[in-house]
Amino acid sequence: MTDFDLVWKNLFRKPLRTILLTVSIFMAFLIFGILTSLNVALDRASESGSASNRLVVSNKINFTQSMPYAYINRVAAIPGVTAVTYQNWFGAYYQDQRTSRFVGFAVDPETYMAIFRDEARLTDAERQAFLTERNGVIVGKSLADRYGWKVGQTIPISSNIYSQANGRRSWDMKISGIFTGAKPTDPTTAIYFHYDYMNETITFNRDQVGTITVVTASPDQNDQVAKAIDANFANSPAETSTVDEKTFSRAFLKQAGDLNFIVTMVVSAAFAAILMIVSTTLVSAMRERTKEIGVMKTLGFSSPRVLRMVLGEAVLLSSLGAVLGLGTSAFILTGLSKSPVGSNFGDLSMSPVVALTGLALAVSLGLVTGAIPALSALRMSIIEALNRG
Amino acid sequence: MSALIQLKNVKKTYRRGKESITIFDGLNLTIEQGDFVAIMGPSGSGKTTLLNLLGGTDRSDSGEINFDGERIDGYNEGQLAGWRARSVGFIFQFYNLMPVLNAAQNVELPLMLTKLSAGKRRANVETALKIVGLWDRAKHKPKELSGGQQQRVAIARAIVSDPKFLLCDEPTGDLDRNTANDILGTLQQLNQDLGKTIVMVTHDPEAARFAKRTLHLDKGVFAEVTQ
Repeated sequence: MTDFDLVWKNLFRKPLRTILLTVSIFMAFLIFGILTSLNVALDRASESGSASNRLVVSNKINFTQSMPYAYINRVAAIPGVTAVTYQNWFGAYYQDQRTSRFVGFAVDPETYMAIFRDEARLTDAERQAFLTERNGVIVGKSLADRYGWKVGQTIPISSNIYSQANGRRSWDMKISGIFTGAKPTDPTTAIYFHYDYMNETITFNRDQVGTITVVTASPDQNDQVAKAIDANFANSPAETSTVDEKTFSRAFLKQAGDLNFIVTMVVSAAFAAILMIVSTTLVSAMRERTKEIGVMKTLGFSSPRVLRMVLGEAVLLSSLGAVLGLGTSAFILTGLSKSPVGSNFGDLSMSPVVALTGLALAVSLGLVTGAIPALSALRMSIIEALNRG
Repeated sequence: MSALIQLKNVKKTYRRGKESITIFDGLNLTIEQGDFVAIMGPSGSGKTTLLNLLGGTDRSDSGEINFDGERIDGYNEGQLAGWRARSVGFIFQFYNLMPVLNAAQNVELPLMLTKLSAGKRRANVETALKIVGLWDRAKHKPKELSGGQQQRVAIARAIVSDPKFLLCDEPTGDLDRNTANDILGTLQQLNQDLGKTIVMVTHDPEAARFAKRTLHLDKGVFAEVTQ
């Protein structure tokens, strides 16, 4: 028999109590695993396709509001701007808008491909086809895999915003190419098609653009250029807000609110509740065993060894719940990343950093919850323990 | 015979609130190797305090406590724990077995403090349980054993690491007469056959008859010695 055997047997002295405590800890780590991984995936998604010398100009009211097409040339003329492109959110879906929505942008192919060549990787033939085919569309690999799309195939892409003059809500688009990301983990669940193809046929909001992407001469000039752009459109009907691309992507992906803050608050609340439950239960469990601790000390177990055993029990309990919680959340995340909604975040799988942070958190939780009973066991005199039990 | 335990001019006082209670004011005692001593006396006479001092679970205020020629009253907590593990076997009135462990595992507990191999530990546990006649109950949990059987397991736990000295605190206080006599017979056998030195605190004159001598403690002083 080892100290671990003793700790293990003590942990399961009252199996129901241990199971209930493990389930509580499991829930906290399930929440931690899923929310933290989601947050990490959002960070990753906002970083992918972002460059330090790129800015995004959008309507100051909100990026869902558009700006006049004429802004493009005015932005391009601002000193420090080396290239511009523009895009319009299309509200794209394929066949069923409840289950098949994805990111779709109407773009200017030439300028778009010049700026985003690395982020949307195509073969030369595919790129050429996209530039020349008026109804051409390039689709991300994940999306193509999901729907079984092939290059050359014509697919109906619908919009939940726009409709054509003839009443149709879908546009027939020919797949010019299937793009991959710069990294395997980058999300490839979007489509890009010709702005002109959309602009000519829509019934409202013509000659408007959603956002303008600006390339600056160097990241050092970002602030200056951004201020100059916004100043240029100050006091106009469509004032602008210009931010760096990463900030914009993050804001775009986090339309629901500040996810960082929400994740921190939810995880903290879950852990605070678990901390109270587990530590109270452990204190009461140790009180039941006061006499046994006295007997162990009488037999010659040193106080530090008893302290290690009590702490070990708390750490084992929290680690057990954590491993189950993190394992289950990894399983759920794998399933989620295959779903239409989850695939928009790119790689949703639990990163080693999240898993290791979770395990470190489990050990900390064990040490904190075990601290009071362990210190009480350390300090308790043999006579007091034997008389109290 | 040589002295195994010697108390010289031991003083012990407890504080209870603002009140100071003197238990021993210069107690002297010598226990020879191989002795079997019963200590009797009324409640409050200092029996339990003496047992705690002899077992190194409490400290005297002054005086000397020698064990096998070595002063133990100056040991720190860690040294005392090590000394208890090596030298003393404890037998309690209410057995004090770990409910989550079976009989063999309970007996093995003191061996966790040694560097013996797993095989040697198993052999020692088997020997100890055979001495008390409970090897066939090795896998039973305490709640599956009678009071007498639990006390036998406790005796096996006390002797498994082969200490020279056994301290028994009312070992038959919770048992019926017949079972008590069995347990006392086992202690007597350990004293006679294995040469264990035993000090037993008891209220029961019948139990004391199994010892070689009985010391009567009253108000912290040995009042009488019965051979």
